[in-house]
Amino acid sequence: MRNWHREGDKIVAELDRQEAAVIRGLVSQVQDMLQARAEEAPQDELAELTGIRTGASTSPDDPILSRLLPDFHRLDPDAPDPGEADSASALRSLHEPELLDLKNGVAAVVLDTCPPQGGAVVLADEQAEAWLSAINDVRLALGTALDISEDMPDELPEEDPRSAHLGVYHWLTWVQETLIEAITE
Amino acid sequence: MSSDTPPERDTIGGMTTPVEEERTQVDPAGAELAAQDQPWQTVVWNDPVNLMSYVTYVLQKLFGYSRDKATKLMLDVHHKGKAIVSSGSKDKVERDVAKLHAAGLWATMQQTS
Repeated sequence: MRNWHREGDKIVAELDRQEAAVIRGLVSQVQDMLQARAEEAPQDELAELTGIRTGASTSPDDPILSRLLPDFHRLDPDAPDPGEADSASALRSLHEPELLDLKNGVAAVVLDTCPPQGGAVVLADEQAEAWLSAINDVRLALGTALDISEDMPDELPEEDPRSAHLGVYHWLTWVQETLIEAITE
Repeated sequence: MSSDTPPERDTIGGMTTPVEEERTQVDPAGAELAAQDQPWQTVVWNDPVNLMSYVTYVLQKLFGYSRDKATKLMLDVHHKGKAIVSSGSKDKVERDVAKLHAAGLWATMQQTS
């Protein structure tokens, strides 16, 4: 990969074929999960009439989706305050449809601008910001799946089934870090 | 922040200071933000994935904070486990939390007691 850098008013990098495939594959997977969640949202005639959409009122069971779509209050998992739990449900219903749209949207920008065979990625500032959010979503998803923790070693033993995936996670960390540097430079 | 540093050390939940998190309840800078007529607070929580540079960038971008202020709040999240990043009416704080969720930060809202 040729590192992110500015060329005029664009932010540019060069990906090889495999790197492009990894990014596209992971972003697509996250997008599929988000779209599946969006399809679970309750449909009702009133929402169709008023255009006010209602999302799911409960946190996703899946830990990855749950990390991408957090609660609005910090609830005690064992003994949630009933008032706060009700409020968290109401706020989720209200805000989750838009959050899903935004996360789907940034994923779509990556899929539109990341060449499937590899090559130059040339981004306007707004597209670069979409990449930043989408790569972050992928890192959150992978980080949750790999159970990344504060005391995670740099490398896992080879026999650990997460070992190869951890390499991808670290690479994405580098992609994101260098993209931030290019955006803010 | 240089890119040759091992990436996981640059994360918000970085490995170098794992025990410090739970010691301090509320950061002083955040507490200053919460005037009495601003009953709701936006809290950003520590997590092991979000990068320090990314959290600083998001706080600058979403709230228009200076680099210094955003960095200070980010370091509070990193060292103390959380920071209050904005406060105000319920509607305002609700919008702030929604924006932080879109950016992938772990944010919640709470009413000051």
